[in-house]
Amino acid sequence: MEAIRSVLAAGCFFGGAFFFIVGTVGLMRMPDAYCRMHATTKCDTLGTGLLLVGLMILQGFSIVSAKLFVILVFVWLTNPTAAHIIAKAAYSTGMIGGINDDSLSPEKEGEAWRY
Amino acid sequence: MIHHLLLGTSVLLAVLSFFSLYKAYDGPTAADRVVAINMIATKVTVLIVIFAMMTGQDGFIDVALAYSMMGFVATVCVAKYIEKGTLS
Repeated sequence: MEAIRSVLAAGCFFGGAFFFIVGTVGLMRMPDAYCRMHATTKCDTLGTGLLLVGLMILQGFSIVSAKLFVILVFVWLTNPTAAHIIAKAAYSTGMIGGINDDSLSPEKEGEAWRY
Repeated sequence: MIHHLLLGTSVLLAVLSFFSLYKAYDGPTAADRVVAINMIATKVTVLIVIFAMMTGQDGFIDVALAYSMMGFVATVCVAKYIEKGTLS
């Protein structure tokens, strides 16, 4: 039982670490703030979820895992909200996304994927 | 074995936080910096939870929850300041 729990937790840890690495690579490499938001929020949410679920599996059913679940629900609620607010603020400052500046119109065909 | 895995994950999160910190320094616009700092807040939350598990101090998990709330409030405030130019 202990071995099964350890293996499941290790799988969750590796998955969470992978998604955190992917999110950071997206943060470093994406061309503008909207694309960075896309990369970071999804990978951040999934990485946090997998790591905390791994810790919950490791801990078993106790008050500590209940607290971990509260943190997990809080992160899952606030992370998309923060992304929405940042995107709204960036849009209100007049920032135009890299693949959003009307590059899908027919006369500009072919420029949509220049990044 | 699990202890080493927790240690490796926390070191990885610390290194990735420094990469995000470089992006917060380098980002061309303010929105990039806010995205990077939001990501640092999430990573440090998970780091505190892993540290609580490693040391066996269950009170640190409440610290992680408070840090997560503080990160969210900081993100909302900076985004509002970018959008409206004032916080009032």
